[in-house]
Amino acid sequence: MAHRIVIDPVTRIEGHSKITVHLDDDGRVTEARFHVTEFRGFERFCVGRPLWEMPGITARVCGICPVSHLMASSRAGDAILSVAIPPAAEKLRRLMNLAQIVQSHSLSFFHLSAPDLMLGMDCDPSRRNLFGLVAAEPELARRGIRLRQFGQEIIEFLGAKKIHPDWAVPGGVRSALTAAGRDHIGARIAEAKESALLALDRFKGVLDRFAEEVETFGKFPSLFLGLVAEDGSWEHYGGRLRIVDSEGKVVDEGDPERIYRDTIGEVVQPDSYLKSPYYRPRGFPEGMYRVGPLARLNLCERMGSPLADRELDSYRQRGGRIQTSSFWYHYARLIEILAGIEHIERMLDDPDLLSGRLRARATINRSEGVGVSEAPRGTLFHHYHVDEGGLVRRVNLIIATGQNNLAMNRTMTQIAGHYVSGPKVPEGILNRLEAGIRAFDPCLSCSTHAVGSMPLRVVLVGPDGCVRGELRRS
Amino acid sequence: MAVRTLQINDTLVSAREDQTILEAARDHGIKIPTLCHLEGLTDVGACRLCLVEVATVGGGAKLLPSCVSHVAEDMIVHTDTPRLGEYRRMIVELVMAERNHVCSVCVANNHCELQDMAVAMGVDHIRYDYLSPSCSVDLSHERYGIDHNRCILCTRCVRVCDEVEGAHTWDVAGRGTRSRVITDMNQPWGSSDTCTSCGKCVMACPTGALFLQGSSVSEMEHDRGTLAFLLNAREKKQWLV
Repeated sequence: MAHRIVIDPVTRIEGHSKITVHLDDDGRVTEARFHVTEFRGFERFCVGRPLWEMPGITARVCGICPVSHLMASSRAGDAILSVAIPPAAEKLRRLMNLAQIVQSHSLSFFHLSAPDLMLGMDCDPSRRNLFGLVAAEPELARRGIRLRQFGQEIIEFLGAKKIHPDWAVPGGVRSALTAAGRDHIGARIAEAKESALLALDRFKGVLDRFAEEVETFGKFPSLFLGLVAEDGSWEHYGGRLRIVDSEGKVVDEGDPERIYRDTIGEVVQPDSYLKSPYYRPRGFPEGMYRVGPLARLNLCERMGSPLADRELDSYRQRGGRIQTSSFWYHYARLIEILAGIEHIERMLDDPDLLSGRLRARATINRSEGVGVSEAPRGTLFHHYHVDEGGLVRRVNLIIATGQNNLAMNRTMTQIAGHYVSGPKVPEGILNRLEAGIRAFDPCLSCSTHAVGSMPLRVVLVGPDGCVRGELRRS
Repeated sequence: MAVRTLQINDTLVSAREDQTILEAARDHGIKIPTLCHLEGLTDVGACRLCLVEVATVGGGAKLLPSCVSHVAEDMIVHTDTPRLGEYRRMIVELVMAERNHVCSVCVANNHCELQDMAVAMGVDHIRYDYLSPSCSVDLSHERYGIDHNRCILCTRCVRVCDEVEGAHTWDVAGRGTRSRVITDMNQPWGSSDTCTSCGKCVMACPTGALFLQGSSVSEMEHDRGTLAFLLNAREKKQWLV
């Protein structure tokens, strides 16, 4: 008789979800699925709100990465106002976005995944958590908590609040950094760098123990999507959008808005509130792509800062120019923390950070705008339509986690297929399924905003995987 | 003008006979919460937060809105009893339940009299079902906007426009929970012929209902200082900056 194994809820991730593993009569895995069981609905209830409120409203999508939504939303607002924001405002937004990447990645690595990585996948679950980590590795845990605090403090210095700062607005930002804030941040850089380097050393030290996981945690070819700077280096706020395949060939590159409009499709699946974006020219599901730290490191030529570039070299020597195992998200995340700290350090002496010219004022000059930025978990798109007065008429949010949905499902099937045989599964194996999801650091509360109501197109997929039809919203 | 002597909270106070209980109380440093009252405008007793207990001959106490009730000789008034506290809290909760007040993403967050009142009244949750009405937002005016979701029908905008600016652009239409403040003949604000774009209504609004165009979350601070200056200049011919 066919069996079903259900893991509900999946723990140590941001949001609510479950995993189902389907077994055939002989106990072999036929498929594993990742279901997101919560629904948020921002795409619907933002309709009717003034454009200027959108960054503040959409920041409430998430308590971990509110800054990411502030950035994408403000940038969509900039596009609708048709303004070039003051240079100081862009620098300050970049500073806050870097701080966000540092704090969110620290949370993912130290608080959520380090228990698996440092204590072992098969460790007693009563100890395999942050408290177990604090008991076993107090120094590492302390540094992780302080590293997150470093990022959070920068956000607070700029936006007056660590969580949900109402700071970035269409046209710029509301306040600059103070000299006291700058000095405080500067004084913490050295410790933050040390902590990031320590975590990298520790991770590199245990990576070989996870050879089996590296091979089975979502190791497959796919496309990778993310921003790169004009010179091809690592980027998180502006630049161009690049898509590469697992051979490293650039499949598409250019204006982020053009690529969003022309090539990104969204599929709604019946067993999850999470939509599945895909690269339309490749079709569904072949157009599966990954975003986030792994993708960004695959896409960029270099990190653009000395220590992070050295670590990137060592990363590529060990794993090749293009890394296709999702287990390496952890590694990529740590290098991004280091790069984030170095970029922050380099920015701090810029007098523009203390500037008073922070906001371009304009009325509604376009009826539509797309804002793109790199959230910690990957590329984030906000797309708004507004009426003449600036009331929002349509919203589409493509969240990083959604874009990894196809890859997360494939990862589940790969892990289950490798480790599971028959309905009786040891706890350590179930934890590997969860850890497979954790590698992506999904944020589910961020990513479930509409079911079927606002996709650019809906593809109907038959049980054999063939596309049976396509509905388009005009 | 004759003087009346009365008791407020067991203290003997004197007041002019044309004064309201609210004015007499405030003259003597006794605080009574209000929302629809704004210094310099005619009072209408709309919000009922200023209810006080006035002793009756039979030994009971009747509830009167202090902003529109005049003082009387030997009147015995209590402004802060457990019953009043409960009613005031109930009033704030009912106001909150009537429309869609979402403080965390409101332009007036941290600068809102309704929010301050809720804190002062100890409102930590709403005991009534939210009506969740569908309310419109009008951004047709070049400089200002109105979000009916946040309007508490205090009618300060109506009164300041009529009594201070003299334009009478604002009025109230509809009945009960369907009441809405309107501009001119219930038309988009931007198409109003009478509005002078002076902004006094925005200065007077206690919540985020009326706001400056381009205000983002928690950014809207109502400029009461300018309004107080104008009222003082108009009534007392004093131009105190």
